[in-house]
Amino acid sequence: MLLLILGLLSAAGFMLGRRRALSVANAHGGVRSLHSLPGHYGLYTAIWVGLPALLLLLLWKSLEPTILTEMVVRDLPPEVLELPPERVGLIMNDVKNLVAGNIVSGEISPEIRFAADHWEALERGFRWIRTAIIAALAALGFAWAWRLISPGLRARNRVEGVLRWLLIGCSTIAIFTTVGIVLSVLFESIRFFRAVPITEFLFGLEWSPQIALRADQVGGSGAFGAVPLFTGTLLIAGIAMVVAAPIGLMTAIYLAEYAPRRVRTVAKPLLEILAGIPTVVYGFFAALTVAPMIRNFGESIGLAVASESALAAGLVMGVMIIPFVSSLSDDVINAVPQAMRDGAYALGATKSETTRQVIIPAALPGIVGGLLLATSRAIGETMIVVMAAGLAANLTANPLEAVTTVTVQIVTLLVGDQEFDTPKTLAAFALGLVLFVVTLILNVIALQVVKRYREQYE
Amino acid sequence: MSSGSEKSGGPGTLVEQTTAKVNASLPKRYRAERRFRIYGLLSVMLGLFFLAFLLFDIVSKGYTAFQQTYVELDIYFDPEVITPDGSLDPETLRRANYNALIRESLMYLFPGASGRSDRRALGALVSNSAPFKLQQMVMDKPGLIGQTARVTLLASDDSDMLMKGKISRSVPESERRLSDMQIAWLDTLEDRGRVEKKFNTTFFSHGDSRDPELAGIWGAMKGSFYMLVVTLALSFPIGIGAAVYLEEFAPKNRFTDLIEININNLAAVPSIVFGLLGLAVFLQFFGLPRSAPLVGGLVLTLMTLPTIIISSRAALKSVPPSIREAALGMGASKIQTTFHHVVPLAMPGMLTGTIIGMAQALGETAPLLMIGMVAFVVDVPQGFFDPATALPVQIFLWADAPERAFVERTSAAIMVLLGFLVLMNLFAIYLRRKFERRW
Repeated sequence: MLLLILGLLSAAGFMLGRRRALSVANAHGGVRSLHSLPGHYGLYTAIWVGLPALLLLLLWKSLEPTILTEMVVRDLPPEVLELPPERVGLIMNDVKNLVAGNIVSGEISPEIRFAADHWEALERGFRWIRTAIIAALAALGFAWAWRLISPGLRARNRVEGVLRWLLIGCSTIAIFTTVGIVLSVLFESIRFFRAVPITEFLFGLEWSPQIALRADQVGGSGAFGAVPLFTGTLLIAGIAMVVAAPIGLMTAIYLAEYAPRRVRTVAKPLLEILAGIPTVVYGFFAALTVAPMIRNFGESIGLAVASESALAAGLVMGVMIIPFVSSLSDDVINAVPQAMRDGAYALGATKSETTRQVIIPAALPGIVGGLLLATSRAIGETMIVVMAAGLAANLTANPLEAVTTVTVQIVTLLVGDQEFDTPKTLAAFALGLVLFVVTLILNVIALQVVKRYREQYE
Repeated sequence: MSSGSEKSGGPGTLVEQTTAKVNASLPKRYRAERRFRIYGLLSVMLGLFFLAFLLFDIVSKGYTAFQQTYVELDIYFDPEVITPDGSLDPETLRRANYNALIRESLMYLFPGASGRSDRRALGALVSNSAPFKLQQMVMDKPGLIGQTARVTLLASDDSDMLMKGKISRSVPESERRLSDMQIAWLDTLEDRGRVEKKFNTTFFSHGDSRDPELAGIWGAMKGSFYMLVVTLALSFPIGIGAAVYLEEFAPKNRFTDLIEININNLAAVPSIVFGLLGLAVFLQFFGLPRSAPLVGGLVLTLMTLPTIIISSRAALKSVPPSIREAALGMGASKIQTTFHHVVPLAMPGMLTGTIIGMAQALGETAPLLMIGMVAFVVDVPQGFFDPATALPVQIFLWADAPERAFVERTSAAIMVLLGFLVLMNLFAIYLRRKFERRW
């Protein structure tokens, strides 16, 4: 609401600033005497009206909850204040819920009711003060710009300076995202490693993240050895790569070297569709079609296949990655200079010999880079394994058994849980950290390899 | 040459020998060549086969969900049951036992049925929502009481499945959701023309439900829509701003290199990690509400930004430098050149990239699971802060549901999702074709 008003004020500032510039210019001999276009003066005024007020509003919004809590806590009755800090926190939660009209846990005591009223009164007061201050700041900005406007004011340069900072701000969001990911995952992981030693997490062979509700519960201590998850992830990603690497590579070779133009223009986009299908669809397909098919087939030849076998998830994931491998390989194969092909043909090599003995060795770094990227995608893939792979953390290399992966465990640990303090939920962040680090390393290596390879032939 | 022939000791010159050797090996090499070619063709075929199989599987499972079975019954609005004391006040009408009316009507059709269990079995032929429909009818028009009317009621999911041939009649009764008796009743109803299939409007107009026949994707679609609005509103301007800065203004230094590396890496970070980020930062740190489309949109924004930035930069790169030089030569400032000339020319490419990014965001599921959008939400969300699910999450939820009828609904939801994706991609291709310029 306040934002809308601020926007309108800025728009008014633009009109007035522009008019002011024109009238000032008339006194000095027409529009030509202005340094910048009249619109620039308008924008300049609008920025002065809107920007400081907006910044203050953001600052206020981010500080208000803390200050409000502080003030309300200070005015709580003394017997409440003597309670341990966690209890006070709980009471403040109740107060906040009461204010927001949510369901409050337990009974509403008169102190809480009083505190909530107090909170509301303070908030109302704050809102008035805030509106007043922001209006004043907007007016002040307007007056300042109004005074400054003169034919000599370099309005364009200043407006463009602000705009440039805005653009820089846009491009730094990528950095903030990375920093945000690293910090959020790292902090929670550190908390987790305080409860569970890092060596146990990385090298333990047992994974059962249930935490006991009662102290005497059987098997309630929880075990956080992530090795079964790592092997499960590698098994499924390995199956996927066994499917995707040869098919994707041969597809790329065929489309780049053999296929007539018309086949290429039809087949390539059709295969790209495979990459555009949402992973949840693959998950559904794997769980309801492929897994029963594999199980029935296994039974018919006398093999015991788990209904959530690693094979089903891996196969479907492989299909998903085929276009990824093929389009990356296609790029690098096309980047091999024609002269190398011509040289091989001149020596009498057939097409397949040229491909196998000249083009693939020449394109190998790029292909390896592409395969690494594909592997990192297979490791980080979530929905297919959540829906088609199991939850049982088996330490096995048998693709017919059920295994679980890092991503599956992250999802199962976090979905539906509102508490973020148990080792169980924190474990998800530790797994996320491992996932992030591993995929990051794979990506960096792959991107470096591909980049160096490209430079080689450019 | 002569030394070669001396060494080998055989007949003819070295050239002849080599030729003979090559000729002898030719059939084998040609066979290898053909084999290699066939492997390639086979791979392409295999890829296309997977695609066809996947689509066929989804469509064959899901096309039936667009129809829904209804049962027509003659309902006698018995005053004894509805208002024993004759009062017409809304509270009495609301509380009346409409289930009894339906069962009464069915008992009348099948006089053979008797006893409580038969009554219950008969009642199970129609949806749990049927009594509410009668209630609504009576509340709207109390004059119905005491009359008989032919009412079209939603069939239960099991009856629906039987009518669509998805419950096999040959399996033993104990392994079936419907008893032999119920199947016989339904067949009789069908013979009398009381069963009909109509276009399934519920599926497109309702939110989620535990009852398959009442479950729809409208709530999920609206949730997805709100999320994409947030994503588009944030990622389009920010993405273009970042691309413009990096392509047009940024000096080549450590800082911009860092940004570039970051963008390339973010494009390859697993999506679930973005979910963890959203959980830790947006939910825990900023305290935004769980399950809200706003948070989903924020997370998807961070995910799609790299895609948009990369494709927008490619679009900006393809604008020839002569345009910039001409504008600068006319005295335009750097910013004016960029925003008045370069960006409009690059806009089609940027829009194409944005649409493709949006299509990615629409199909994304994993990060949404992290921020609590998997809640069972019956109400259709009305705003950016209401609890909501998204279309792919709805698919995920239904895929887990045990009822047989949810399989076809899941497949149908997938078809709707794929339909949207195809539309978006076609629009992107259209834009590219229409506005593509060769300089």
